Amino acid sequence: MSAQRLIPYLPLAAVLALPFFLSNYYQHLAVQIAIWSLIYTAWALMGRFRLTSLGHGAFLGVGAYVPTLLWNNWGVSPWLGIPLAMALAVALALVIGYPCSRQKVIGHYFALVTLALGQVVLLVIVASREVTGGSLGMTPHPVGYSWYALQIPDRAQFYALALAAWLAGLAVWRWVDRSMIRFALESIAEDEDAAESAGVDVLREKLKITALSTGLTALGGALYAQYLMYLSPDAMSGVGISLQIVFAAISGGMYSLLGPTVGAVFTIGLNEGLRVLFGTHFIGASNTIYGALLVAFIIFMPRGIAGLVEKLGPRAKPPAAKPLSPDTQPAE
Amino acid sequence: MSALLTLDGVSAGYGSFAALFDVSLQVEAGEAVGVVGPNGAGKTTLMRVISGLLKPSSGSFALEGRRLDQLPAYRIVKAGIAHVPENRRLFGRLTVEENLRMGAFLKDSRRHFAERLAWVYALFPRLEERRAQMAGTLSGGEQQMCAIGRALMSKPKLLLMDEPSAGLAPLVVEQVFELVKRIRREGFTVLIVEQNVGQVLEVVDRAYLLEAGRIKLAGLAASLKNNDFIRSSYLGL
Amino acid sequence: MDIYLLEAIINGLLLGGVLALLSLGLNLIFGVIDVVWIVYAEIVMSAMYAVYWLHNYYAWPLFLAFPAAILIAALIGVLVHMVVIEPILGSAPINQLLATGGLLFFLQSLATLLFGTEFRNLGVRLPVLELYGLYISFSRLIAFIVALIGAVALYLFLARTYLGTSIRAISQDREIMGLMGVNERRTYVITSAIGGGLAGLAACLLVLQYDVHPFIGLTFGPITFMICVLGGLGNMIGGFFAAFIISQIIGIGGYYFSSEAAEVLAFVFFIVMILIRPQGILGKK
Repeated sequence: MSAQRLIPYLPLAAVLALPFFLSNYYQHLAVQIAIWSLIYTAWALMGRFRLTSLGHGAFLGVGAYVPTLLWNNWGVSPWLGIPLAMALAVALALVIGYPCSRQKVIGHYFALVTLALGQVVLLVIVASREVTGGSLGMTPHPVGYSWYALQIPDRAQFYALALAAWLAGLAVWRWVDRSMIRFALESIAEDEDAAESAGVDVLREKLKITALSTGLTALGGALYAQYLMYLSPDAMSGVGISLQIVFAAISGGMYSLLGPTVGAVFTIGLNEGLRVLFGTHFIGASNTIYGALLVAFIIFMPRGIAGLVEKLGPRAKPPAAKPLSPDTQPAE
Repeated sequence: MSALLTLDGVSAGYGSFAALFDVSLQVEAGEAVGVVGPNGAGKTTLMRVISGLLKPSSGSFALEGRRLDQLPAYRIVKAGIAHVPENRRLFGRLTVEENLRMGAFLKDSRRHFAERLAWVYALFPRLEERRAQMAGTLSGGEQQMCAIGRALMSKPKLLLMDEPSAGLAPLVVEQVFELVKRIRREGFTVLIVEQNVGQVLEVVDRAYLLEAGRIKLAGLAASLKNNDFIRSSYLGL
Repeated sequence: MDIYLLEAIINGLLLGGVLALLSLGLNLIFGVIDVVWIVYAEIVMSAMYAVYWLHNYYAWPLFLAFPAAILIAALIGVLVHMVVIEPILGSAPINQLLATGGLLFFLQSLATLLFGTEFRNLGVRLPVLELYGLYISFSRLIAFIVALIGAVALYLFLARTYLGTSIRAISQDREIMGLMGVNERRTYVITSAIGGGLAGLAACLLVLQYDVHPFIGLTFGPITFMICVLGGLGNMIGGFFAAFIISQIIGIGGYYFSSEAAEVLAFVFFIVMILIRPQGILGKK
């Protein structure tokens, strides 16, 4: 790999490395952007194939609460707790996803079933308040600075961790993009019955992408909980956060690799900017503008910011369908 | 006497696909006029332009001298044109009577609903028998009657009928054309498009031949019946 | 039978009335225009604030504040349709879902901006009735009766009037409505107004029983969607019955366990039902 090929990536690497040299405040923003980019990218893995889930909060919640509960009650390290939580989230997703796929629950119905799922997790968390602290939230039992407990008050270091997770998410996206899963799912999204009769195992493909999406979402949730050192059901599950995920991914553009990341930068940046602008004077003003912008996005820019850039950018692709790229390899 | 309906150089299509080219025709009050031609000739497109479901790309048409081509469909109905769509297009989950009620949606028709309903039931006794039945459960012929009755509820100046024989058994087709004759006797002006050339030439005064979006022939029904081209291409003689 | 259980059943029934009303509005919009207003509960919330504001700040008597709130809600419904839905009527249904979701966020935040996050109480104390040892909340009883009247009124409107019949017809064949002399756009706008108005009516009933705050929509919104899907999305009769089924689960479940556990139960029931019968109880495949 010659040095020439690395040059286009230098600006990006510079941007990514920047937070290491900035103040705590910017590092805080950077960690948030990295973690939420992971979560939005995870959601978009399903969203781009018309599997629009309005309940990803469920998996976020599982990812956040399970490792914390395990740590608080049995001292289980998050290094074990998080993979466990991811597995649990995937299991939950498959339990719902399997019948959904077999019964052809799609479109509106699918979206609303996922919404119900997100609510169920929220309600379970609230109902089991003895264990989870309910609406008041809970904190992981603090032990100061400890990699074993994944409690890292040093923002720069956590940023490195978050960055690694984000890159892992992108790697998964890239992998899906270049595999047969992608083409299978795109044909399913286009016309499920036609894909089926063409020999695509609709069930398997849908479940595969569901597992990837929900597992990564749980990872994001776990990291976020570990970073904030505070969990609450409304921030980590339920309709509100589920919708937030959807919007951010869409506003950035869910069809491209960095689209969801752009969405995270955009939404977090916008929120911060508006918060700074309005301060404590008009609580809710920033979100009001945010909400209005989101509606505008759906109406005017359904492919998100990244989609717009794609259309106008220097390497703008023609509107015709992309041909099979020569370096595509079959997945398995 | 100026014509009831005049089309002047109407062209229309769907997106980049042009279906009608420079079509001009006339219908006098009290007449029955047919437009015949093969599948895909543009007959249904013609109907949709007149009833307002499709805007012409060029040309114009007028009813009693008043231009209608830029109006939306619901205004054209108000002007007095009723369209019996291809394939009936009944509201399947409404009853027969509710379908007829929809035909009388216009303010003026509502005022005379009761009498018009009675009149339509007199024309179509079978509909009265089935008045409370879901329109989607009627037989093909009954659906056609219901669709025609629905259009008649607005007592239109011009009745458009789009392929009334489509999808119906031969015996039923005969009944439908008998109905058309009856409607004519009541004084209605009718414009019918049909693939069934033989049958329709028996009930109309004049007819146009539409092929590939253009008017190829026009004339009295009687003379068209004897026309060699028509006879060989469409009557199989 | 245990008197408390009976009480729970009856209260569940009464709750079902308002949930049924909510589901009617949502199903009307979906059945006719084919869009799910995710923002529906927030329209209710807005109307609740309207009642609160008019009554507590401008000293409007309730019998004026209520109709005003209903009108405001109807207006919001019209705006939702004309500003957000109309531009994207042709695009993918999921876009429409998400656009109304964005509105949800917008209204919640606007309410926070205008009214703050505190819980506001209308300050109207209605008595608790005692019947044969049962304690029934009077406001709930009123809500149930009014909701039923609303449902009957809606039914009569849809079944017996020209406009109502045209609203039913347009959901069956939109294209030929013009041939009946019906202005489709106007019909959609009127339907949206009715849907909004029903939300406003529900708001009047709810504000008597509950405090209003910007996020109250999240407490009954998801349940309402669930009810609609359970009954068959777009099917008003299905939604009507589903509302009572769910409210009974919540009522009886609340008696045996806690109210949150009862809600979990209701949602789990919903998920299981949909997986068995995806089109809902009365939905068509």
